[in-house]
Amino acid sequence: MGLKEFCFKKSLWVFHLSAGSCNNCDIEILDLLTPRYDIERFGMKLVGSIRHADVLLVTGIVTNKTKSRVLEIYSQASKPVLVIAIGACPCTGGIFTSSYNFAGPLDKVIPVDAYIPGCPPKPEAMLAGVVKLLKSKNRE
Amino acid sequence: MGIEIFYFLIFPGLLFCTVVGGLISWVDRKITARVQFRKGPPFMQPLYDVIKLLAKETVVPLRGSATTFILTPLFALFGATISAVFIMLPVLGIETGFTGDIIVIVYLLNIPSLTYVIGALASGNPLAAVGASREMKLMLSYELPFLLVLISVIIQSGMLISLSEIIAFQTSNGAFIGSLSGFIGFITVLMCFQAKLGLVPFDMAEGEGEICDGIIIEYSGSILAIFKLTKYIMFLILPALLTGLFFAGLSFSGIHILWSILKIMLIILLISLIRNTNPRVRIEQAMKFFWVWMNLFAIISIILAILGI
Repeated sequence: MGLKEFCFKKSLWVFHLSAGSCNNCDIEILDLLTPRYDIERFGMKLVGSIRHADVLLVTGIVTNKTKSRVLEIYSQASKPVLVIAIGACPCTGGIFTSSYNFAGPLDKVIPVDAYIPGCPPKPEAMLAGVVKLLKSKNRE
Repeated sequence: MGIEIFYFLIFPGLLFCTVVGGLISWVDRKITARVQFRKGPPFMQPLYDVIKLLAKETVVPLRGSATTFILTPLFALFGATISAVFIMLPVLGIETGFTGDIIVIVYLLNIPSLTYVIGALASGNPLAAVGASREMKLMLSYELPFLLVLISVIIQSGMLISLSEIIAFQTSNGAFIGSLSGFIGFITVLMCFQAKLGLVPFDMAEGEGEICDGIIIEYSGSILAIFKLTKYIMFLILPALLTGLFFAGLSFSGIHILWSILKIMLIILLISLIRNTNPRVRIEQAMKFFWVWMNLFAIISIILAILGI
């Protein structure tokens, strides 16, 4: 593992994209910033612009309306960028699988690096998912 | 010739200021975390951030002027480095500088803010344009009180306009912070530097909640890293200028090194605590604050300096 990869892992800046969620996963993501979980101790922080982001968190089902937006946001990110699907909706579609407005799970739209299922996933589950993703990057 | 290049690139210029400034930005983040009962980032975090950004892809926006967009962070870094040399040489007592260098410093300190505005407008992003207009208004507000307090300092030191002479005057006659006019001036300049550093309550140019990082929204990869380095340098040189103007400067000889670190840390602590205990104000509230209250404070400071209190 080179210096580049090491520093990348030590300073993950997170951009949060809600494709069409019910806002429950988003609240759980904001939980990660609170004193109880405090992701800043791993060097992660929430950024406001996709250009600064290293991790793209997607919540909610990808609807027909937001599909083009998700694609555009992904193409605007400066690479390398990791994509994490948070919650049941972007992983599989959840209870909206048979909806007329469902444009397919997230991995049909953009490449996904990690799936964190749950409705909503607990903050501990998200941290565990990120740790597993970084460990799998170590082995490569 | 060789010694000047050493001054600009290594000590006390680019290398020294970025390393110490990164350290100070870590201290600021750690204080923020402790105030909010969090643990805070690890010690090497500024280094990780910069190396990661240098290794990432740089995206240049389609609409907008690519040359200006890429060159402005470099000019910001040049401006910050030159002002770092002009400030740190007299403040650390390495060289005396020249007569009138305090006026040159005022101009040079404006270069980073100006280049932020130009770079944001060159990116062609509407949110960046909003941020740039706010940054311009903020510059118009904080420059006048800063200049007025400089006049008060110059009057107090008996019409000396060289930073090293002002520091020498304070070393023999006592620091200006001890007098009432110096104390009021210190508070005013602290507020001006809070706005110059772009920290809460005056961070409306990069309000990440409303305009998504504003002036730096389109920057990515290595040019964002250069912006970060400029911020680190400003984090060191503005407190250093404050110590030069009001606390009789810094010194790196013997036990004085501890005292110097304490002075810098005191100012950083004040800046951090102001940042953590205040909400972001709107731009017209900030302008009113500077134009009415801070100018009033600065004029009171000048009058007290003329009266010799």
